Amino acid sequence: MELKSNAPTGPLATQWTNHQFAMKLVNPANKRKYKILVVGTGLAGGAGAASLADLGYHVEAFCYQDSPRRAHSIAAQGGINATKNYPGDGDSVYRLFYDTIKGGDFRSRESNTYRLAEVSANIIDQCVALGVPFAREYGGMLANRSFGGAQVSRTFYARGQTGQQLLLGVYASLSRTIAEGKVKMHNRVEMVDLIVVDGRARGIVTRDLVTGKIEAHLGDAVVLATGGYGNAFYLSTNAKGCNASAAWRAHRRGAGFANPCYTQIHPTCIPQAGEYQSKLTLMSESLRNDGRIWVPRKKEDATKSAASIPEKDRYYYLEEKYPAFGNLMPRDVASRQAKFACDEGLGVGPEIAGVRRGVYLDFADAIKRDGEDVIFDKYGNLFEMYERITGEDPMKVPMRIYPATHYTMGGLWVDYNLQSTIPGLLVAGEANFSDHGANRLGASALMQGLADGFFVLPYVMGHYLATAGKSKGVDESHPEVKAAVDGVRKRVQSFIDVGQKGKRTVDDFHRHLGALIWDHCGMARNAKGLKKAMEEIPTLYEEFKKDVKILGSGESLNRELERAMRVDDFFQLGQLMCRDALERDESCGCHFREEHQTHADPNVPGSYGGECVRDDEKFAHVAVWEWKGDGQAEVRHEEKLEFENVHLAQRKY
Amino acid sequence: MAETINLKLHVWRQNGPSDAGHFEDYSQYAKDISTHASFLECLDVVNERLVLDGKDPIMFDHDCREGICGMCGMVINGAPHGPQKATTTCQLHMRVFKDGEELWVEPWRATAFPVVKDLAVDRGALDRVVQAGGFITAKSGSAPNANDIPIPKWEADAAMDAAACIGCGACVAACPNGSASLFMGAKIGHLASLPQGQAERESRVLSMVAQHEHEGFGGCSNHYLCEAACPKEISVTWIARMNHELLRASATHDPSRGHHGGGHG
Repeated sequence: MELKSNAPTGPLATQWTNHQFAMKLVNPANKRKYKILVVGTGLAGGAGAASLADLGYHVEAFCYQDSPRRAHSIAAQGGINATKNYPGDGDSVYRLFYDTIKGGDFRSRESNTYRLAEVSANIIDQCVALGVPFAREYGGMLANRSFGGAQVSRTFYARGQTGQQLLLGVYASLSRTIAEGKVKMHNRVEMVDLIVVDGRARGIVTRDLVTGKIEAHLGDAVVLATGGYGNAFYLSTNAKGCNASAAWRAHRRGAGFANPCYTQIHPTCIPQAGEYQSKLTLMSESLRNDGRIWVPRKKEDATKSAASIPEKDRYYYLEEKYPAFGNLMPRDVASRQAKFACDEGLGVGPEIAGVRRGVYLDFADAIKRDGEDVIFDKYGNLFEMYERITGEDPMKVPMRIYPATHYTMGGLWVDYNLQSTIPGLLVAGEANFSDHGANRLGASALMQGLADGFFVLPYVMGHYLATAGKSKGVDESHPEVKAAVDGVRKRVQSFIDVGQKGKRTVDDFHRHLGALIWDHCGMARNAKGLKKAMEEIPTLYEEFKKDVKILGSGESLNRELERAMRVDDFFQLGQLMCRDALERDESCGCHFREEHQTHADPNVPGSYGGECVRDDEKFAHVAVWEWKGDGQAEVRHEEKLEFENVHLAQRKY
Repeated sequence: MAETINLKLHVWRQNGPSDAGHFEDYSQYAKDISTHASFLECLDVVNERLVLDGKDPIMFDHDCREGICGMCGMVINGAPHGPQKATTTCQLHMRVFKDGEELWVEPWRATAFPVVKDLAVDRGALDRVVQAGGFITAKSGSAPNANDIPIPKWEADAAMDAAACIGCGACVAACPNGSASLFMGAKIGHLASLPQGQAERESRVLSMVAQHEHEGFGGCSNHYLCEAACPKEISVTWIARMNHELLRASATHDPSRGHHGGGHG
């Protein structure tokens, strides 16, 4: 597997401009001869499909939902970063680039990250032109706020619904291009395999989720913009339908999978309430500004009401361990400390599988200090959301929170041109690995999706097509195409055959798989736990293949079958996540190996341990995995990361 | 408050658009439901029990389960999204129901929303209304600097009020005429409120309204049930705004100027 980043040389600031000129173009009259398949219609895929269609390419787009307006980009709350420097507080392209590289703990590629920062300002222009109602100042200018540890205010927002408004802007453009006949949209259709002919991506195999029809769609290039794989954990803040199947099936066809162990945990989510729980809901981190985090000091107090536990029996673990930062410790440390407290048996809330996974976030002192009105003004909408879900009023009893998976930085490996290791397969948005390193900063996911879709794909696609030329001689009767379609039919049939006799539901398997990955490859990892998971996941997978219960047939709407196929892929990906985490024998960003952490220095007041210790000598590289076949060990490759502009430092806040 | 409840659960089952459909009693599968579960999680539990019993699970649409994607929605005891105000079905929790309560669960019912299966309907008609003109034509790379056109805060806020629509279709299900006027009015109002939306202002409303009729949605006769059912509390004043826009466009629009919409109407 060859890993050439194809990053331009020369000064960062001129790389993208020079590269745009160096890339080949497709003549306007020739563009309509090319067909591009875009899978996934969130920010990256939707913006990409509309932009490519407007350039004149013939585009077909696919989403598993009933409409492209449902994609999970819609759920992002906080905002989108851009280097407009409207507040005049010292922001610049270089500063956003640097913050992103540092935030990613020096595990991303300089050239890609710089380009992301460079095009960020164009995104805001484009979205305003599309009618996105961003928050405004009284004078009519766009408003900004600070977000995610940045020292400048560069985040644009639309109330708490920024993702929704951006996605609806993209959806509107996509709708226009559909109406104009430039894009053919396939709703409720899922990609289940990639078609590769003579080493080039030439199409996809899909399953119609309503009729069960399996068919091939052929084109000159394929774009995957299918999001992340957070649902490998079963419980996450992702939408229920989010899955890794398109990316995983492409991986099995030869696309390298980069850094699968880089998964991000959000510290303030509403804890699981019972076995039936289907997903987790995120609460804004701003709550930590006024809430105090604690658990009972004594295990026997876990079931008592919070009010009945006297002050001396409350363990404000962040304030005690980290007096300088207290409840505002960075996301990863706050998350891990909540896990440790619960592992020790000090958690609160319902007991699930023998453990109470929840810690208090208590507003009583803030209410005493500032008054009920002030606190309710600040957090009222969040308190109401919390009460709707839990039935408890945080003005009266402490909130309960627990960390949850919400973003995956790993994904299909791409070069500077967003091209995977399969020529003609381009990957955009969360589905690729490229811009966030080992940890993504707040308000940067929306930015990357739109940067890729609006401003990168239209250029790099032309370069690929002009270089590779039109796909010739590949139609439905081509042996590779027939083999791919037959392969999917057989896979579906084998699930149906097993499912007749199976005894355990798909969700039951998924819950157990998710718990294994969460316990051993979640917020904190160690070699022993990872090895244990790597033994237990294959055992569970064998049971799944023999005992999963699926009713009905493959030729009709069949939710159990759909989910079984996705969970099948999560089983394979889950094993790779653990292996990647084991082989990356360092801590970086969200990948926290307990063996590699700082320890508090008793001679330095306010010093605390529990931070990542990187090993730049051995691990300043991207780990890229190559599929070798079922039952075969994957092969690990490395793309060395060259840092010519930033100095590798310990990530401290 | 009881931690678990038993329900008398009746669910509409319909195997495709041409099937007659009927209610099925699933009370025996709806026992010991946690009051902390969401309504969709309750259906998950029922479905898992149905599957283990060898029975076809209930089809319903859902995705984000945090009240923003607009994919879920069903009529519960006659109310779209159920009894709680400003709440999507996925955010409705079982503690609002009593032990032993009888629930009748149905799909959105409207001419323009054919049933896909059971509780899932085809809302493609809403997509086509948007395709007819619910956009601003601005190709990638063609945009001016975002702050070149100041937009007063109140205007941006009003546009945001309308733009909050999640496209779930509850307004259509609530309306005795099966009208999507609230959905359409919110989009027309959102774009007409902004300076960027002026170039296509007249063609947009004419084209969208024509498409709305073509899809088989009914007209608005001011029942206001749409506003009551809307999980995002979109105001019916947006329908009035749409009517204003329609009248204005009908009086002033010169069809020879054309438009980019792809309406079929």
